Amino acid sequence: MSLNIIHIIYLFASVTFILGLKMLSNPKTARNGNIFAAVGMVAAILATIFLHEGEVNTIIYGLIFGAIALGTIVGWLTAKRVQMTKMPELVSLFNGMGGACAALIGLVEFHHNLDNSTNIAIILAGMIIGSVSFSGSIIAWAKLNGTLRNAIRLPKYNILNTIILIGLAVYSIFIVWTGTHSEAHLYGLFTAAIIYGILFVIPIGGADMPVVISLLNSFTGLAAAFGGFLYGNQVMLTGGILVGSAGTLLTLVMCEAMNRPLFNVIFGAFGDGDTTKSMGGASQGTVKEVGPSDLAVQMNYSNKILIVPGYGLAVAQAQHVIKELEQLLEDRGVEVAYAIHPVAGRMPGHMNVLLAESNVDYDKLKEMEDVNPEFSQTDLVLVVGANDVVNPAAKTDPTSPIYGMPILEVENSKHIVVNKRSMNAGYAGIQNELFFRDKTNMLFGDAKKVLTELVNELKALD
Amino acid sequence: MNEIIEFFSQNKDMIFIVVLMVFVGVEVIGKVPAVLHTPLMSGANAIHGVVVVGAIIVMLNSEPTNYVSMILGFIAVFLGTLNVVGGFVVTDRMLEMFKKKK
Repeated sequence: MSLNIIHIIYLFASVTFILGLKMLSNPKTARNGNIFAAVGMVAAILATIFLHEGEVNTIIYGLIFGAIALGTIVGWLTAKRVQMTKMPELVSLFNGMGGACAALIGLVEFHHNLDNSTNIAIILAGMIIGSVSFSGSIIAWAKLNGTLRNAIRLPKYNILNTIILIGLAVYSIFIVWTGTHSEAHLYGLFTAAIIYGILFVIPIGGADMPVVISLLNSFTGLAAAFGGFLYGNQVMLTGGILVGSAGTLLTLVMCEAMNRPLFNVIFGAFGDGDTTKSMGGASQGTVKEVGPSDLAVQMNYSNKILIVPGYGLAVAQAQHVIKELEQLLEDRGVEVAYAIHPVAGRMPGHMNVLLAESNVDYDKLKEMEDVNPEFSQTDLVLVVGANDVVNPAAKTDPTSPIYGMPILEVENSKHIVVNKRSMNAGYAGIQNELFFRDKTNMLFGDAKKVLTELVNELKALD
Repeated sequence: MNEIIEFFSQNKDMIFIVVLMVFVGVEVIGKVPAVLHTPLMSGANAIHGVVVVGAIIVMLNSEPTNYVSMILGFIAVFLGTLNVVGGFVVTDRMLEMFKKKK
């Protein structure tokens, strides 16, 4: 009886996962979709515990509830306390925990399935993918929060990684084939998978991390699905495969928005050789600087201002100051809106979350396609910490590494002010000729600091 | 060859689920706007926390005297729960921001 009920609950949970994901892809229903999926998850977990067949020792129930209670408290508090700008690395960290969970299941189940080579193959596959996802996510987390700043590239890292990957596959086949019971082999494979995860992520640059996290996200989904296959557990299978396939598609969609083929993200297309070559080209010329006080006056007399927020704004955590600036200008009768590039911020859509956090009206956030025709009627564009997404070379220079990437056409506006910390090139490692144009002024400094000065100057104008 | 066919027929229900779910996953998020990429990734992240169900099964099937299984299982349930709870709460916080309209 209880076994039949469990299947009904698993079916219910699978449906909530599918509908939840569906609702998450629409701004209006997104929040409910998330809650919906969470309800299904709780149902699946409770059903697994209480509708289990066979005798179970009370100590085990105690341990399960203890672990769940502990995980809930830690997870809840961490998620509630984290700053909005630190969201991406937290997602990565949680993803790593899921991967580790899958890997541990594999380590335990190996011994229970020694006589069944099919099961051993499934267990090893789940364990390897889980381990790679775990160590890869931890590296991605460290990169995003700044612990690991630079991309570390071992010599010939692409070949090395491929060799390790093939090695992992061969090693697994060896274990399945020989039917070895050896723990040393199991843990050897586990360690190798962990190392592969580290080497897989470590050469990839910080700005590509969102794509990597999304990819590792689908890896963990796959690892969960292998667990489902092992136990004949439908909810793990549906949930895992659903995330695996949706996550893969999401990864590709993100790559498309950044105009970076997945292959280039993983194998690194912006090599050191290319950067120096393209750096030489347009970097001649002089830039004109502008100070906060002059800019304040200029903004005060503008009719329409568009703000282009970028990675630099997220890093400097300047989202609240920019809202204050918007408010001050609106009070003075200036029309202000935000032009959001699809990949602005530290993750696609991250900028929208950040600006929403500082109470910026949702209607003021304009997407690229809608805002591009508006630039020609704009008096002033304020670019805060963005570079490649406003680089005209993406449209005009076929030799540029970012050629073909959709950009915000800020060069069409009457005046451009760019806030950057220095003249350093953007993520793609190329110079931006926009900065050298006659109608462009540079406002150097940390986004938060400079914008605060600007706000003070505006207030002083009264 | 025979082994593959045998494997397929033994696990045909599972394989059906896998193949159909691949299409569902692709279909379900087909037209997501870029604005929602981050929350969607985070939501999907929470859903794969379903792996915790596997960790619970590991615990339920273990002997209380098998300390290695017990310890690894305990950690697995803890980490899996962290993934589920943290994932859903973080996603909710992100989406809460979108809702706040004046």
